[in-house]
Amino acid sequence: MDEMTIKMIIAICYVVFAPLIGGLLDGIGRQISARMQRRVGPPLLQPFYDLGKLLHKDPIHVSPSQNFLMLTYLFFVILTGGMIFLGMDLLLAMFLLSTAVMFLYFAAVVTGSHYSAIGAGRELLQMVAYEPCVLLTCVAFYVVSGSFETADIISGNISPIAYMPGVFVAFVFILTIKMRKSPFDISTSHHPNQEIVKGITSEIGAKNLAVYTLAEWYETVFLMGMVAMFVINKNPWSILAAVLTAFVVYFLEILIDNSSARVKSELMIKLSWTVTLVAAGGNLLVLMFMFG
Amino acid sequence: MYKITRSPWVMHYDGSSCNGCDIEVLACLTPVYDAERFGIINTGDPMQADILLITGSINTQNAPVVKQIYSQMSDPKVVVAVGVCACTGGVFKDCYNILGGADQVIPVDVYVPGCAARPQAIIDGIVKGIGVFQERLEKLENGTLKQEEKEDTEEKKEED
Repeated sequence: MDEMTIKMIIAICYVVFAPLIGGLLDGIGRQISARMQRRVGPPLLQPFYDLGKLLHKDPIHVSPSQNFLMLTYLFFVILTGGMIFLGMDLLLAMFLLSTAVMFLYFAAVVTGSHYSAIGAGRELLQMVAYEPCVLLTCVAFYVVSGSFETADIISGNISPIAYMPGVFVAFVFILTIKMRKSPFDISTSHHPNQEIVKGITSEIGAKNLAVYTLAEWYETVFLMGMVAMFVINKNPWSILAAVLTAFVVYFLEILIDNSSARVKSELMIKLSWTVTLVAAGGNLLVLMFMFG
Repeated sequence: MYKITRSPWVMHYDGSSCNGCDIEVLACLTPVYDAERFGIINTGDPMQADILLITGSINTQNAPVVKQIYSQMSDPKVVVAVGVCACTGGVFKDCYNILGGADQVIPVDVYVPGCAARPQAIIDGIVKGIGVFQERLEKLENGTLKQEEKEDTEEKKEED
């Protein structure tokens, strides 16, 4: 098989299986959360039941442009993940992700609802909080492997995490912001009745909410893929270690989600920038001296 | 035919009441009763809700609010009246500002009695509501739901 066919197969596998894995991770997350609260919790396939229901509800939207904006958001999120899993440019993928979030922002502000407008504003603040760390992560990968291409990053002799533990810590920290989990679930919350209703998703209902959920699942999968990228090296066994690492990180996110209350946006930015500067920035300085 | 029996998202509104039922609704979500076992989620957003849970009676001030919440919900939708106040107006029935139960302003599908309604009864009411929800969904897909709604509103207009 030539390289093109393999890439096509990977792309199709990603588009088909990523939402399945993302949905299952969501279901596992909800069950673990329930057990942490001494509840039985919903069935494992609950996220899929929810998605099925949302798809069957009568379409409802405040502005017709919302449908287009949400679909574009989903498209760009899929494209971002596709680029990462196809071994393409990491930096470009991260810029695409920012573009995707812009479409989500517009989908929220076109409605004219105060709640979704505040949620959308907070989503931008969240971007401000995590974007420096995402860029430093890309730069650190470049310094270590000499390339922005994910295919080159994962084919080193030693796992990148050995050189960049500080960057890894910072990346896991901002993952909580990116995945909108407590204490940084300030733009929207998985839990109801918060002070801004559902924040950025307030005016997103029925099919559009299904699109949002799907995008969230794709996002979870490629974010976990990025976590795995820290561990994978030339040795095929490292993939197993990477999957385990991704699971541990996901469990950690759920643990943090369940054991903390939402913080103010100012504190979020201060915290994330401090962690980014100290852990990722410090690590990057050391790397620059090492690799000159 | 798609079966939706496991994902009822609830929007809770408390009208004119002593807040007893209000607290019992929240009790359903606690680890003791764990309504999420049935996929029940208490969402604060009418656009994302399937079931409107009303506690407390309707007065002249909250009538337009209830109507608006109901109109913002996407079809198919179900209304569950929880507690005797939401069913009939209850102990407040003869007050000067009370219109009566929730069915005075919007169509109610399931009535859950009690003062206050017990969490078991509330969960039972929501599960009954899922049956109605499934029926509506089938009608929505056949295209008969909108027509019936239209006829209902026309009948109501004639009555007025």
